[in-house]
Amino acid sequence: MCRKLAIPLCIVATILSTSLFAGPREDLLTQYATAAKTETPTFSGFSAARGKTLHTHKFAGGKPDTPACTACHGENPRGAGRTLTGKDIEAVAASVTPKRYTDPAKVEKWFKRNCKEVLGRECTVLEKGDWLSYMLSQ
Amino acid sequence: MNIPYRPLALGLVALAFSAVVLQRAQAGGDDYFPPVVDPLVKEECGSCHIAFAPSMLPARSWQRMMGNLKDHFGDDASLDADTAARISSYLVTNAADTGGKRYSSKLLRGLAPNRAPLRITELPKWVSEHREVPAWEWKHKDVRTKANCVACHADAERGFYED
Repeated sequence: MCRKLAIPLCIVATILSTSLFAGPREDLLTQYATAAKTETPTFSGFSAARGKTLHTHKFAGGKPDTPACTACHGENPRGAGRTLTGKDIEAVAASVTPKRYTDPAKVEKWFKRNCKEVLGRECTVLEKGDWLSYMLSQ
Repeated sequence: MNIPYRPLALGLVALAFSAVVLQRAQAGGDDYFPPVVDPLVKEECGSCHIAFAPSMLPARSWQRMMGNLKDHFGDDASLDADTAARISSYLVTNAADTGGKRYSSKLLRGLAPNRAPLRITELPKWVSEHREVPAWEWKHKDVRTKANCVACHADAERGFYED
């Protein structure tokens, strides 16, 4: 009897804990998902794999110095990056730099700045969600 | 064993004294530019490059720079108006010809009063101080740009540029 209850209880507990303890990152991803649904009605969730492609792809629309995110952040998301002026950038992987992506305003600020420099335009909500999913998975 | 406490103590006092004097001398020397201490300025001006010491440019230069963050040496570094105003006020207050004066008397030498350079590397004194650095060294992969002070001045982030 007790054992039968254990599994559903576990599931309930898991759901409760994720919704109760959702951090700022999860909130931000949820916000992006809501916006993505409005932007593209066929939206079916973010993809870390697409995020990885975005992170490493060489774009032609931005500044020649920074054709890809990896130009400054480095090929390995778990390693430190370096700006053009020689300043170290803490790793973009959430597991390595746990304080990252916890301030939504800061995340938006850097998406705005860096997308303009690399892609030559602002990123779409889908791109932001994909990229963030990739970094949270790393 | 008889430990000579008195000479030992005297020696320590002398050592501490000379350390203080040395630090004072360094701090007051021509090669010391106090680093940014304001956390907001440090964060906003120190993410892409080192947060350059406000005493390295005159107030008019900082005002000019903060007036056009949209084109910040080719990058869009725009900030919200409130943040920009707070940073501006910090830079202007501690600039080379205002609060940071005692550190910068020499750095502004030769700069015409009507000129407001945006680059520290355009100051005549900066140019003459770096005249012996060969071109290949600037192009070195660990230097790349003249804005990369720490490549050669290991202690630049703490304000020391004597090396």
